[in-house]
Amino acid sequence: MKDMIRFEINGRPVSLDVDPERMLLWILRTELGLTGTKYGCGEGICGACTVLVDGEAVRSCQYPMKDVHAKKLTTIEGLAADGRLHPLQEAFVRHNVMQCGFCTSGMILTAYSLLRKNPQPTREGIILAMDDNFCRCGGYMRIIEAIETAAQEMKKGARR
Amino acid sequence: MKRREFMKLAGGGVFVFFTIGEPRDWLEGQQRAGGRDYPTDFNAYLRIAEDGKVTGFSGKAELGQGTQTALAQIAAEELDVALDRVDIIMGDTALCPWDMGTFGSRSIKYFGPALRQAAAEARAVLIELASEHLKLPVAQLATKDGLVQEKANPQNRVSYGALAKGKMIERHIDPKPPVKPPSEYAIVGNPADRKDSVLKATGKAQYAGDIRLPGMLYARILRPPAHGAKLKTIDLSGAERTEGVRIIQDGDMVAVLHRSSDLAERALSKIKAEWDVPEATVDDETIYEHLVKVAPAGDVIEEKGNLEEGRKLATSVFEETYFTPYVAHAPVEPHTAAVKIEGGSATVWASTQRPFGLQEEVAQALGLAVEKVRVITPFVGGGFGGKNRNRQTVEAALLAKLAGAPVQVAWNRSEEFFYDTFQPAAVVKIVSGLDAVNKLVLWDYVIFFGGERTSQPFYDIPHYRILSRGSWGRGGAGAHPFEVGAWRAPGSNTNTFARESHMDAMAAKAGLDALEFRLLNLKDERMKKVLQAAAEKFGWKPGKAPSGRGVGLACVNYLNTYVATMAEVAVEKSGTIKVKRVVCAQDMGRVINPDGARAQIEGCITMGLGYCLSEEIHFRGGAIQDRNFDTYEIPRFSWLPKIETILVDNPGLEPQGGGEPPIVNMGAVVADAVFDATGARLYRLPITAARLKAALAPR
Repeated sequence: MKDMIRFEINGRPVSLDVDPERMLLWILRTELGLTGTKYGCGEGICGACTVLVDGEAVRSCQYPMKDVHAKKLTTIEGLAADGRLHPLQEAFVRHNVMQCGFCTSGMILTAYSLLRKNPQPTREGIILAMDDNFCRCGGYMRIIEAIETAAQEMKKGARR
Repeated sequence: MKRREFMKLAGGGVFVFFTIGEPRDWLEGQQRAGGRDYPTDFNAYLRIAEDGKVTGFSGKAELGQGTQTALAQIAAEELDVALDRVDIIMGDTALCPWDMGTFGSRSIKYFGPALRQAAAEARAVLIELASEHLKLPVAQLATKDGLVQEKANPQNRVSYGALAKGKMIERHIDPKPPVKPPSEYAIVGNPADRKDSVLKATGKAQYAGDIRLPGMLYARILRPPAHGAKLKTIDLSGAERTEGVRIIQDGDMVAVLHRSSDLAERALSKIKAEWDVPEATVDDETIYEHLVKVAPAGDVIEEKGNLEEGRKLATSVFEETYFTPYVAHAPVEPHTAAVKIEGGSATVWASTQRPFGLQEEVAQALGLAVEKVRVITPFVGGGFGGKNRNRQTVEAALLAKLAGAPVQVAWNRSEEFFYDTFQPAAVVKIVSGLDAVNKLVLWDYVIFFGGERTSQPFYDIPHYRILSRGSWGRGGAGAHPFEVGAWRAPGSNTNTFARESHMDAMAAKAGLDALEFRLLNLKDERMKKVLQAAAEKFGWKPGKAPSGRGVGLACVNYLNTYVATMAEVAVEKSGTIKVKRVVCAQDMGRVINPDGARAQIEGCITMGLGYCLSEEIHFRGGAIQDRNFDTYEIPRFSWLPKIETILVDNPGLEPQGGGEPPIVNMGAVVADAVFDATGARLYRLPITAARLKAALAPR
């Protein structure tokens, strides 16, 4: 069974004739070639597959296509605008957060969702919001610092 | 291939060929590479291209540890070029010379010095070329920022690119060229930003699973419920009805292939299979007794004096046994590979720590000559030793051959746990003795199946013996119910947990402060220095454990990197342990990228909390019960202690390894701090809330 599903991804309209029960992660990675979104656990536990749906962080491995209809999606590929990195991306680079980098997309997009709701989170607030995203390289300390830096930069009105 | 042809293929310029100083590996590599279509008298090289760009080529892989950046720093420093003009190409068997693999904290330690000399040689060549070009004697020339210039008149200059243009110059490092004294360093020793950060922050960094090939099929493979299980009956009819599916059966392998991986998975779930599962004889509780029972007589790793003599000198004797479980690597990226076979050649993209070993495995599986297989290592999403093994790649290669199409095999999390080559479960028995003034006089140490690395004592002990009975990787039949392998700092996590827990227990029984007791039994000045550096930062106050403060310490000499770690914990009534603060002092010789080194220390401390507090594979026989992160808990944000790192200055020592050393202290430093907090000593990792609560219960 297939349905025509229309949505917007990274500012671009998309219509796909797909099985509405398929999970968004695989449509992104295979059908749309957006491989920045990663598979980590397949059960919504680790956060590597996180994307934004209408600005809200969701686990794309658990998010069926039928729920995507008429929504605005952002993946890591769509976060930098006009050739400029988002303040979160800049802060992750500046703090040398990345080791293997496999969890990074999910970390940045979860943090984006947090800062959208709470632009000036406390350290405890950051930990609470990020606690279901896993980094096996153990980069949590720098991720927290990078989110704090990004929040400060965004407060100064850098962008978004 | 003749070297000339090889250089033509690579594109001209100035080449410096060299050998990474890993003598034993090198010999083996030379023998193996001997049959290949590749020059064999070097295993790394540096090229200065006609555009002035500098590229180092190495068969090592970037797993996240940051060696790509640190190696570029080394080359940039010695060549006097900007860091962004240097690239390090890694892990491609067609472009890079043979290498044994990326493990053991060896990349900077062994490749670094060789690369430094190659860069120095390249710089000397460029000055000679400039001397002809500018018609000036070599002595009047200097290098700066990618240019050779006249010392007296810096405007009279020529760029490296212009000098390399149209040239095909080859050099070898013999005799060793003079290298820059570290006192003149401007790049090495200063923090450098990772070269891969922007790619990784924008989702552009490609991993093996991100490779998209025309016509590629995604394969899902039928898996047994337990290691050792045999397929009894199979009904494929459900899967066969799925649109667009191809089913391939080859011997024991049953695979479902589809243009979309989730649809392949859906079809796989419709296969009905029955298995004969062998009866389980061991589980995660009985494994230790089993290992001790089946252990071979073993090998003496190191000994000194005479144990009987030590026993006679001892006024108090301490005997304890320590246990560490099977631990999973659990990188966030599961094992993944894509394979394309075309015109009798195979191209492989794999998440691997051993591209050259894998090249041989794939060649063998496909019946191809080794040089007909090219392994490309894209970014690897964490390895920690687990990606030394590459079963998924051989699966993809066989399926690509059978399907006549490119095939990707990407394990799901359940397969990743099932086929992981775990850190082996191990037992350590220690009998030690102190004399009347609390000096160690006896150390009788037996390790079962843990591996010998860092089992050799660095304390000053007149009578000791280290016996290793069944090492990791050569456990032998009947030891482990599934495969085991190298896990970040193999052997050392177990040995250090045992040794440093035991030292702490002796200090407590002798009524001495844990730091004072270690210093009393140490002659090694580097170890004293890291301990003192950690103590100063931590604010270590002497006390007799258990003091109720919840502080602990541990130290190690890991392959000549010295690490001292101190921690503070709080124990809740439920038995839950919160590690509040960790201070780590490390002497790793000269540091290339201090920021990168600190990131590795932070990462080791954070990752190490897992094997202390929660990580343990549960199993019954060959059935692995932990198949995802719901039951196998790895560290998360809320576990993060305050971490403080100290790089102990030792510029006179060549750079040592940094990817593994700080993780090995974590078991003991937490166990010691828990003892200090509660008076309960845990001899078995992980220290779960349930185990601690049981240990605290009144008997």
